[in-house]
Formats: sequence, C-alpha cells, structure tokens
Amino acid sequence: MAEIHVEVVAADRSIWSGEAAMVIARTMSGDIGIMPSHEPVLGVLQSGPVTVRTSDGGTVVVAVHGGFLSFADNKLSVLAEIAELAEEIDVARAERALERSKAEADAGAERRAEVRLAAATGAH
Amino acid sequence: MGAQIRVYKRRIKTVTATKKITKAMEMIAASRIVKAQRQVAASSPYADELTRAVTAVATGSNTKHPLTTEAENPTRAAVLLVTSDRGLAGGYSSNAIKAADRLTERLRAEGKEVDSYIVGRKGLAYYGFRERTVAQSWTGFSDSPSYADAKAVATPLIESVLTDSAEGGVDELYIVFTEFVSMMTQSPVDRRLLPLAISDKAAGGEGDLSKSQALALYEFEPSAEGVLDALLPRYVESRIYNALLQAAASEHAARRRAMKSATDNAEDLIKSLTRLANAARQADITQEISEIVGGASALADANAGSD
Repeated sequence: MAEIHVEVVAADRSIWSGEAAMVIARTMSGDIGIMPSHEPVLGVLQSGPVTVRTSDGGTVVVAVHGGFLSFADNKLSVLAEIAELAEEIDVARAERALERSKAEADAGAERRAEVRLAAATGAH
Repeated sequence: MGAQIRVYKRRIKTVTATKKITKAMEMIAASRIVKAQRQVAASSPYADELTRAVTAVATGSNTKHPLTTEAENPTRAAVLLVTSDRGLAGGYSSNAIKAADRLTERLRAEGKEVDSYIVGRKGLAYYGFRERTVAQSWTGFSDSPSYADAKAVATPLIESVLTDSAEGGVDELYIVFTEFVSMMTQSPVDRRLLPLAISDKAAGGEGDLSKSQALALYEFEPSAEGVLDALLPRYVESRIYNALLQAAASEHAARRRAMKSATDNAEDLIKSLTRLANAARQADITQEISEIVGGASALADANAGSD
C-alpha cells in the first residue's frame, strides 16, 4: 500500500517524521484528510490537533498552533510555529493554563490550552 | 623584599586573576557556540520547507501580494541591524554597525529615507550616543534568541512594509547581521528581505530542490491569496529567526576569539613580569652581597688600621 512520508516541523525543531497511511488536519476551511496520491495541496492550518495514522497502525497526535501543510508527491510537510506531540504535553499544566486564560479572558491562550488538552487526552 | 619586586608581584597577581576570568569566558563562549550552531541546524528543516512552499505558491499562482510586489519608485526603506547585548566580543558589534552604516549610505544615495530598527544593546547605545533616531529596538535575547523573539521583531517590520510609504510605511526591508561562516570566520552581511524577488526565494540554500518541487500544481486551501497572506509573514519571521540564530552563533565565536587572545596576552604579560621580578630579586641579592662584602672589608680595613 502506498504511504505518505510525513514531516512535522516546528520553527525551532523537527517534531516527528515517518510513514503514514492517513493524516487528518484542520485547515481554515475545515478538516482535511490526506491519503496517499492526494492531489498537491497547500493549506493554512487552524490551531488544532493533527492526527497521523502511521502505516504500522499506530496513531500520533500533534497539537499545532498556527502553520500550514503542504502535500506533493506523497510527501506531506506540516509546518507550525509551535507544535507539541501529544505525549509531551503536561495535562496538569495545560489545565492550569486553561483556567488562567479563562480567568484573564485571553481567547488566544484559551484556544491553545484547549487544543493541547484535546490532543493529550484524545490520544489515551 | 625590595619595593620593586613587590610591585611586580602585585601586577602578576592581578594579571593572573584577569587571565582566569578571560579563560572562563572563553570556555563558556566555546560551549555556547556549539549550542547556537545546533539551534541553527534545528531550525533549518522549517526554513527549508517554508522556502519550498513559498516557491510553490509564487510559481503556481500569479497572485499579487504587497510583500512580493516591487514598489515602482521606492522612497523609504527599513534596515534591521542585529548586534549583541554585551561587549567583550572583539569587533563583533562594531563590524555589524559599520556594515549597516554602509548600507544606509547606499540607500540614502539612491534617494531613500531609512528607518533604523535595532536588535541588541550595543547597537542601540551606538545610535543613542550619536543621537540618531531609532524606529524601534529590541534587547535582551541576542545570545539565545527564541522563535517568539523573532516573531516580536518581525511583526512591526511586516506591518510597516504593508503600510503605504506615504503613511509612514516602508517599501523595502533590509537586514544586517553577522553570518556564521565557520568557527574562525564571521562576516557581517546585508540582505534584502522584502519585497521578495523570485531569485531570492531560493536563497535558503535549497535552490535545486525548490525548482523540482515547484512543478507540482497545488490546490490552495482556502485560496491562493489566503495561503500567501499566511505564508509570507511566516517566511519573513523564519528568515529573521535564522539571522538572529546565526548572529548569536557569531557573537559567541567572536567572544571566544577575543577572550582567547586576551588569555594569550595575559600569559605573555605574566611571563615578562616574572622575568622582571626575577631580575629585580637577583639585583636585590647582588646588592645585599656587595653590601655585606663591602661592610666586611671596611671592618677588616678599620681593624688593620688600629693594630
């Protein structure tokens, strides 16, 4: 079966790379699922979890804040200013951040914390 | 102990203390270069992918964007100068400042007004002393910049490029920073960031790769304009981030070299002072001996006379 080579890179480091069967991400115009031989696409991402179904049946979830994806020749790059692997996320800290951002009515921070939580808890 | 030796001993002690400090700074700088280089390497996948994406959009669509369109008659330019926060790095900051001055001269000769933006306390102090106007400045992160710092620098610059030049915006954006060529060589360079020229886009070092990739016909989500709107500011941020990281690596390399020559000089100084102190001690001993011998023979002469 065809595979996609996926690279998830943040501005200051490479987050994850490997082969995948499908990648689901949230663009400005809605969720997009990318499977092998998808047409070349360049999309702007919203803050949200990016789900990678790896070719060995596993799932990798990355919380992405701002960025985009580009797909061509069965190669997918997810570029994000900030990105975290779900298992790297400290749930307690994200919860605290959510509380704090709610108290301060900081919509951006609230959204970031929600995405982190969604990515971290959805993976388990 | 003679007065002369005491003076020499004291100077040797102070030079030794200074040497210890410069040696420590040299070693700290050396370890930080490696860290800074690793950061440059860690940021390059993002920069490469971004370059590829920008090239794809620019060639795959003929959308006009303020950040890629050359002004017909550019009248105002912004220059971002990257210097260090701290000194003791040899000519690092002053070389970058000189390069910025040359660029500013050139732009003025072309009839453009120049807005100066400065990163680093040293550059800010230089401009402050000469009472030149600084449009905006950032300090406190020159030795280990984060992406958030680069973003903070880039945001007002992009805004000012997007603003019409009649309303205080600029037509062109230049950046002056010290390129990290190798451990021994760092050279100040000036680059034009905006507006992007097609040839500039491959300047990320991935020229061949981006050419072959650019052939794919992309579909844009939500639209080519939307993608460009989101992509170009990120591209500028990433270029600025890369410049800041290289400048940080250069700063540490320059500081290491400066501190190494300071340590070497201190060693030479200690050596020559030790020689002088030894000579002074020898002179003291010789003098004492000749005094004793002189005194003894004077006594012997006096005794011989009384007999």
